[in-house]
Amino acid sequence: MWRFSVGGMIELEGLTKRYGEKVAVNNLTFAVRPGIVTGFLGPNGAGKSTTMRMVLGLDHPTAGDVRIDGKHYDQLKDPLTYIGALLEAKAWHGGRSAYNHLLCLAQSNGIPRRRVREVLETVGLTSVARKKTKGFSMGMGQRLGIAGALLGDPRILMFDEPVNGLDPEGIHWIRNLMKSLAAQGRTVFVSSHLMSEMALTADHLVVIGQGRLLADTSMADFIARNSKSYVRIRTPQRELLLDVLHTAGITAVEAGNGTLEVDGGKAEQIGELAARHGVVLHELSPQQASLEEAFMQLTAESVEYHAHSAAPQAQPAEQQPWGEGWRRS
Amino acid sequence: MAATQVIRSEWTKIRSVASTVWTLSLAVVVTIALGMLISALSKNEFDNMDRRDQLSFDPTFISFAGMTLGQLAMIVFGVLVVSNEYSTGMIRTSLAAVPRRGTFLFSKIAVATGLALVVGMATSFVAFFLGQAMLGEHKAAIGDPGVLRAVIGGGLYMTLIAMFSMGVAAMLRSPMLSLGILMPFFFLISNILGNVGATEKIGRYLPDQAGSKIMQVVTPVDDDTPYGPWGGLGIMLLWVIAALAGGYVLLKRRDA
Repeated sequence: MWRFSVGGMIELEGLTKRYGEKVAVNNLTFAVRPGIVTGFLGPNGAGKSTTMRMVLGLDHPTAGDVRIDGKHYDQLKDPLTYIGALLEAKAWHGGRSAYNHLLCLAQSNGIPRRRVREVLETVGLTSVARKKTKGFSMGMGQRLGIAGALLGDPRILMFDEPVNGLDPEGIHWIRNLMKSLAAQGRTVFVSSHLMSEMALTADHLVVIGQGRLLADTSMADFIARNSKSYVRIRTPQRELLLDVLHTAGITAVEAGNGTLEVDGGKAEQIGELAARHGVVLHELSPQQASLEEAFMQLTAESVEYHAHSAAPQAQPAEQQPWGEGWRRS
Repeated sequence: MAATQVIRSEWTKIRSVASTVWTLSLAVVVTIALGMLISALSKNEFDNMDRRDQLSFDPTFISFAGMTLGQLAMIVFGVLVVSNEYSTGMIRTSLAAVPRRGTFLFSKIAVATGLALVVGMATSFVAFFLGQAMLGEHKAAIGDPGVLRAVIGGGLYMTLIAMFSMGVAAMLRSPMLSLGILMPFFFLISNILGNVGATEKIGRYLPDQAGSKIMQVVTPVDDDTPYGPWGGLGIMLLWVIAALAGGYVLLKRRDA
């Protein structure tokens, strides 16, 4: 269902932002397309928020250009009807009610007043619409920010770290919201520093580190390339097993500590071969390389502030803290 | 982007925060009440004054004496209208909604100025009439030469003070910094510069010293001020234009 067949593109070309000596965003060129969720991934301080602020014309690029449907942001007539953005939490006056906050935004872009009530309903803030926003919890604040983004029924939605500070129910809600917005044919551009979050929501992935573009790829490709499954084997009869596998056309590689690894998900086949030839196995386990690991490797050189690891230059951690999550849920 | 949309939006903003009501009410109450008090005191003092002071006695100007304090509330109003955007983070939402920064700033200033003008004008008229009521037999009438000009001028003076503060706040962004400079400046420094012989000639070109000339009906004896009431207001207007231009240029250039 492509409701918006035309428009909804964000295009960055050589976008650069320098603060004195420091380069926050370095020559970024990529496009964000309609109909899918594009994840904008990078460690903290990679330049994601700065990039998003430049899209909105809030920060002036040092060099390069960013356009929305071919236009600069300040050339858009009633920009909230083109692109709605959730920036960092709390970008409003705490003494104003949620209703009046949204009303003044609506009026500035010629959006009818009834839309204010509609979006308050959508984000579930109707009951507190007349309350001052300074009493809002973090989650309510995020919802108000999202209400502001949806106000102009825009073709493009941009969310900067939307799940920050949300409870699990809120996180679930916003994931579904982003997916349904993309399914309506809208452009959804969402930043995160968590690979696991992106794996759950994004169809396309733009990865940056220290302001530089590291990857611009579909999520499916990224998973296929980076989360290879393999089988880990331990056996006291190494030579015999290697012979058996070789005869069956299976390549096994030494992986240290006396273990062997075989690419792909061939655990059953290997188990049957070993049984038939009477090879003793101490371990036969299917493994999955985590996406989080792949992301960390990708951005490793570009992370600005390294935590001083107790084990320098350690192999990627054996346990898979986040990356597994995306498959289970 | 139609300017009328933005003006409507800025009106919603200004009417939906508490600071608008309390700063403007304070300006009204302080200006009128202090003006009445000083008018009443002046009436009782009149017979004890020397000849020279009696000749310079300006009942209209005396009824505006409350503005020395009332203008401070007007300054707070002007500062908060603009710097609220920065101190709350609203500025990013506002500029995303209205990316033409000139349209944004001048719509905001137009709305706040309109409101300040209505409140300032009403305050000026009420302060005049209540002040005259306190002055008894020394009072001036609104029909006397120059009096209506002075009363309207009092309303314009309060409006321009608020506008100047908006311009300064647009340049400095921080409410504390803006107030920390403007309040002592208008309450102390300007008065000192204007009353000390050595700096008097410079002091009278400061915005409040020049602008308050419009509220004078009786020129003090030996007054050698080189400009008249409208000339003084003109000097104040130049200050306002400079402050607003500075605010606009900085807003245009800066990252939000």
